Amino acid sequence: MSELQKTCPQTREQVINMYFMEHRAKLLDVAAFLDRLDRAQPTTNGVDFREAAMIKAVRILIDGQPLRTRRILDLLSDDTTELPQSAHGMKGASGAVKPTAGAVT
Amino acid sequence: MKYIDPHVHMVSRTTDDYQRMALAGCIAITEPAFWAGFDRSSAQGFADYFRQLTEYEPRRAALFGIKHFSWLCINPKEADDPGFAREVVSLIPEFLKCKTVLGIGEIGLNKNTKNELIILEEQIALAESHNQLVLVHTPHLEDKRKGTRVIMDALSASHIDAGRILIDHVEEHTVAEVLDRGFWAGMTLYPDTKMTPQRATDVIEMYGSERIWMNSAGDWGCSDPLAVPKARLEMSRRGHTMSLIDKVTLENPKTFLSQSPNFRIDE
Repeated sequence: MSELQKTCPQTREQVINMYFMEHRAKLLDVAAFLDRLDRAQPTTNGVDFREAAMIKAVRILIDGQPLRTRRILDLLSDDTTELPQSAHGMKGASGAVKPTAGAVT
Repeated sequence: MKYIDPHVHMVSRTTDDYQRMALAGCIAITEPAFWAGFDRSSAQGFADYFRQLTEYEPRRAALFGIKHFSWLCINPKEADDPGFAREVVSLIPEFLKCKTVLGIGEIGLNKNTKNELIILEEQIALAESHNQLVLVHTPHLEDKRKGTRVIMDALSASHIDAGRILIDHVEEHTVAEVLDRGFWAGMTLYPDTKMTPQRATDVIEMYGSERIWMNSAGDWGCSDPLAVPKARLEMSRRGHTMSLIDKVTLENPKTFLSQSPNFRIDE
């Protein structure tokens, strides 16, 4: 099955009518987060890998290609295949991959 | 309106939540064993937890006319110490005799370690030897796609029919592979880290309504035990038919869960 079939029962106008305000607010939240980063005190560690990943993800939002959600999730996923022996000392999931560990470079 | 929430951790919820779920149309829930938010210090702690799941919660749910079923396992987060994990796993066969236990779950991976994988494989073998259904937890966030693939490979190496296994917490980057390999897929409606009702509805529109369900996975974190009825409302607002809504929130759970002889509900 193609994920791109016209499977949403609504028209484009109906989708906009139902969801525009909700996603306008979410978009402004993202903008405000990036503004907040600009205003934050600088650190000596350079750009955080999560910030870099988010900028790449934002580019996917506006590239005009389909399946944006899946492609952003893929961007934020660990591409490695090896398994560590133990979780001892490991931190919790951070939502993006550190460059030394795999995908986001 | 009736629905089933096939994955919710009621031990972490108040009695009010049972009442609200009943008012919203919940007729049955299934509760997998999970990480309680802290590591338990002994296998006896799990024995007490399994008693809570099999004795206490069914009684609490029954006060509101909700049927309560459970899944037993050691969760992947506490399975990184194989010796300890094996102690816990050895307790499970006795509890499988309980009439409300549906299978082994939620097993899977947390940090995608070899230790976790060893215990996952041993619990898959336990399910196979006791002819149990399997409910699978997949890792969070950046670990999910890699972990889901490792888990599916481990499951495929067993002789358990893929149709008796549900892989939970799928998202847009894992759902197609899960369904293509013959497994059932669960979408968890969990704020911040998993799915919204809107995205879950999108997935059904893109990948269909076969072998898929939705659950709240309500627990001790920021979660919503009414997430399933909210997803039903989202599907309805979008113009989907009641038969489709019922299929993914009632009929599909019944179809999968009825493969266990212990799953009985009166409607």
